[in-house]
Amino acid sequence: MLLLDKVSKLYADNSLALDNISIHIKPGDFVSIVGHSGAGKTTLLKMILAEERPSDGAVFFEDTDIHSLKRKQINSYRRRIGTVFQDFRLLPDKTAYENVAFAMEAAGRPDDEIAADVPHVLELVDLARKMHNFPHQLSGGEKQRVAIARAIVNQPDLIIADEPTGNLDPVNTFDIIQILKKINDLGTTIILTTHNTGVIDNLGRRVISMKNGKIIQDSPEGKYHL
Amino acid sequence: MFWTKIKRILRAGFVSFWRNGYVSLASVLVMTVTLSVIASILFTSAMLTSTLNSIKDKVDVNVYFVKTAPEEDIANLKQSLENLPQVAEVEYTSREQALIDFRTRHADDELTLNALEELDENPLGASFNVRAADPSQYESIVTFLQSRTSNEGGTASIIDRINYAQNKQAIDALSRIIDASTKLGSIIVIFFVIVSVLITFNTIRLAIYIFREEISVMRLVGASEMYIRGPFVTVGLMYGFVAGIVTLILLYPFTYWVGPITLRLGTGLNLFDYYLAIFGQLFIVVIGSGLFLGAVSSYLAVKKYLKV
Repeated sequence: MLLLDKVSKLYADNSLALDNISIHIKPGDFVSIVGHSGAGKTTLLKMILAEERPSDGAVFFEDTDIHSLKRKQINSYRRRIGTVFQDFRLLPDKTAYENVAFAMEAAGRPDDEIAADVPHVLELVDLARKMHNFPHQLSGGEKQRVAIARAIVNQPDLIIADEPTGNLDPVNTFDIIQILKKINDLGTTIILTTHNTGVIDNLGRRVISMKNGKIIQDSPEGKYHL
Repeated sequence: MFWTKIKRILRAGFVSFWRNGYVSLASVLVMTVTLSVIASILFTSAMLTSTLNSIKDKVDVNVYFVKTAPEEDIANLKQSLENLPQVAEVEYTSREQALIDFRTRHADDELTLNALEELDENPLGASFNVRAADPSQYESIVTFLQSRTSNEGGTASIIDRINYAQNKQAIDALSRIIDASTKLGSIIVIFFVIVSVLITFNTIRLAIYIFREEISVMRLVGASEMYIRGPFVTVGLMYGFVAGIVTLILLYPFTYWVGPITLRLGTGLNLFDYYLAIFGQLFIVVIGSGLFLGAVSSYLAVKKYLKV
């Protein structure tokens, strides 16, 4: 479903963030990308989200080269991908409910669907009780669960989680990974980046290790090692 | 779908206006200042125009007749003056009327009245008060009167004097002053309008700067430009509308207080009456400028952060 074909990214200051990367991700995969800071993980995710253009090579989502898409098409492309970030990136002046509903509204879904789906999704991440709290009234783990709810509410084909557990304690980390696993079991492809050795070792899924913009290892049932 | 979108955008705008109360308050206040400046243009120009008119209105020509002038000749002259297209009105004051006017004017002045009693006959001559249809036409009316005096020997003797020249100088000077102050006034006002529009624009930019992170989040969630921009433009429109209403309300007590003063200053205009008289136009101008400023500044400010 997702194919990176010899992608390189050279930034304006001549630093090579990605060096000839080729990855093929199949539907239903749960792929973890590991590596030190500066290894190129975030740049890679930005390529997939069409936030950055590759200097060389191409990124295909199903059969389309996503960097040939026009602005409007990029909007609808992004609606097929759910994103979760280390810093949550919730809309601070909207409640948990409204944050999730926003993604559905942006996708142009009708009101009755929104009213039905949002509580359902929030229940799935165990936040039904705090539906009407604002982000600043929620703990880190709860915020991340809102972010996950927002990411999955449009039933995306792919979820990108960029260090989703980076700001969380072990208990919350475990919860978040369990939720992601559950989503993956329901058929959604997931790309996860992380520093957390324990998370990777527990998952026992495909692991891609990166260093200095290159892939140094790609193992189907990997452990964390650099 | 279109209406659902509009409905969502409006709701999001209202909610955002309300939840970011302090930002809204600050923006509304800044905008109120701008709109007050804009409203003051209307008032200043009205006041200056009215002052100029009331001064022009005071321009007239008085023709004084000699005491011996026969009523018949005076009536003839009146007739021919009234036939001139430049003349709007000729007011005749007879000798007797002039005396009565004089007495009433000096009713408290015993000495003058006594002096008047000493005289055997009425010392005052009859007079005309001539008003032109337009102030620029006095020149030709005076020329006409003077030509009458020189052409026909008979009438020459009945006109004692024409008092146009003395008034003219004072009036010309005043017109020049008002003209200059109108120009200076509009330069200052335009300057203030530009400055306050820029300040408003910047305030709204700052208000939206706070939301730059959120705009990028909205982009990543896949929201369309219209859907991101809409609520901000709605909020901008609300700033403009609320500020416009506040401005209109504030102008009520202000003009009520200032109105009698402006009237006393000889502008011939009570600002409060003027406020009530042009309220409809004022409403359109002030609210319209507010809506326009708010919407345009929001629209442009969001543009900067949409490039994700």
